Amino acid sequence: MSEPSNLVYTLHVNGHASDVRDAWLGESLLYVLRERLGLMGSKGACEQGECGSCSVLVDGELVCSCLVLAAGAVGQQIITIEGVAPAGAPSDVQQAFVDAGAVQCGFCTPGLIMATHSLLERSPEPTEYEIREELSGNICRCTGYGRIIEAVQRVAVARRGAQ
Amino acid sequence: MSVLVPTSLVDALQALAEHPDATVLAGGTDLMVELNGGHRRASSVVVVNRVPELCTWRHDPVSRTLRLGAGVTYAQIERDPIASLVPGLAEAARTVGSPQIRHAATIGGNVGTCSPAGDGLPVLSALNAEVELVSAEGVRSVPFSSFMVGPKRTLRGPGELISAITVPVVDGWQGYAKVGVRNAMVIATASAAVVADSRRGTVAIALGSVGPTILRCPEAEAHAMEHADFGERRLAPEVVSHCCELVRLASRPIDDHRSTAAYRRHAVGVLAGRLLRRAFPNE
Ligand SMILES: Cc1cc2nc3c(=O)[nH]c(=O)nc-3n(C[C@H](O)[C@H](O)[C@H](O)COP(=O)(O)OP(=O)(O)OC[C@H]3O[C@@H](n4cnc5c(N)ncnc54)[C@H](O)[C@@H]3O)c2cc1C
Ligand code: FES
Ligand code: FES
Repeated sequence: MSEPSNLVYTLHVNGHASDVRDAWLGESLLYVLRERLGLMGSKGACEQGECGSCSVLVDGELVCSCLVLAAGAVGQQIITIEGVAPAGAPSDVQQAFVDAGAVQCGFCTPGLIMATHSLLERSPEPTEYEIREELSGNICRCTGYGRIIEAVQRVAVARRGAQ
Repeated sequence: MSVLVPTSLVDALQALAEHPDATVLAGGTDLMVELNGGHRRASSVVVVNRVPELCTWRHDPVSRTLRLGAGVTYAQIERDPIASLVPGLAEAARTVGSPQIRHAATIGGNVGTCSPAGDGLPVLSALNAEVELVSAEGVRSVPFSSFMVGPKRTLRGPGELISAITVPVVDGWQGYAKVGVRNAMVIATASAAVVADSRRGTVAIALGSVGPTILRCPEAEAHAMEHADFGERRLAPEVVSHCCELVRLASRPIDDHRSTAAYRRHAVGVLAGRLLRRAFPNE
């Protein structure tokens, strides 16, 4: 049994052990990522699981970081948008979003990139219906989703071609 | 505030025995909303999503039952192999929140919250599910229908953990339907589950969001059973219409910020009729 302390507890984020110091133990993972670890990629809008802009992977599962108790995630592997690809070298999904014009204001983009990586991991050649269903937890106020779906399809096609 | 992360059932029960006022946290999709919003405070939290005993499930073909650990997620339930054992529950699971929510949300959390709008609950009611509760003192099993005593009120005592939900694996048709203000990510304004057990010749109808608890409809069930042909999957249209009427009479909806009582009463009859038609497609 682990009992994280408010003086310091350790999270595993993007392959590194990160110490969280002097925190209130009721903080969400989203809050800790942004305000305590300086990882500003995950966005917060609703803080109630509705918008998906805070999506991260915890032990490989796509979840809303605003609904994860940070101190409860000790010992779990957390991947955020910052861990998807090194700075300056975008992942194929990130590049496809740029190429397809799937980014406007960009607020929803980190969450959608995480959701797309997770989707293509499980289902390399999703149908359009499946893409819509799997991205239904990510709200975008700008694009109307058409180009986002196109970006996902471009990655699926490119990955198939690369095999 | 203290946070405890046990990794075995024994440790989890010990943590709860030492902190009887502790709040149990599973997927966090109900609780974290309340904590983030400042609507609920917790002096100590016991996180149970890393307790292996709670995260497993078992199909027993001899007793024809499925035992779902409380920590089994709706993402697991909506897919095979669980989905084909309890297709009605899988159908309800698919309507819960979004993929992100279903990856975290557990069946135990849905039962723990026990909102009349909880999507899994009408199916559990229609299947006569048993809720297993465990504490340092021992284990007890309670029928779901008596476990839920009111809106978000249950029989769970302090220091008790929901350990599992057990449902029968039924021959025949089962399904769930709900209405809300839109299709994705919506809380039900009315919902219904139907289980037609062709081996035992029974029909169960349970309603969500139209009363303080999940409601069963004994009159509508009896009327359907009396006239149903389970082998031919046949039910006359006038029997279905009368069942819809009996379902509306059994509902006890209220007006609130989501909908009106009148709409809910109408809608729940439509849903029950639709499900009965699917269970018995021949007239
Ligand atoms: C955006 C969003 C959309 C949603 N959509 C839906 C929907 O469409 N349909 C629906 O039904 N629900 C919905 N919900 C509610 C929620 O996802 C479900 O009720 C879910 O099943 C809760 O499970 P959890 O594991 O996340 O529970 P938690 O939040 O971890 O816990 C919920 C409650 O149960 C208690 N609890 C949890 N596990 C146990 C246990 N093993 N023993 C004792 N007590 C326990 C907790 O103390 C708490 O009071 C939604 C939530 C969000 C944020
Ligand atoms: S901020 Fe987490 S889902 Fe909106
Ligand atoms: S690009 Fe602005 S919200 Fe999606």
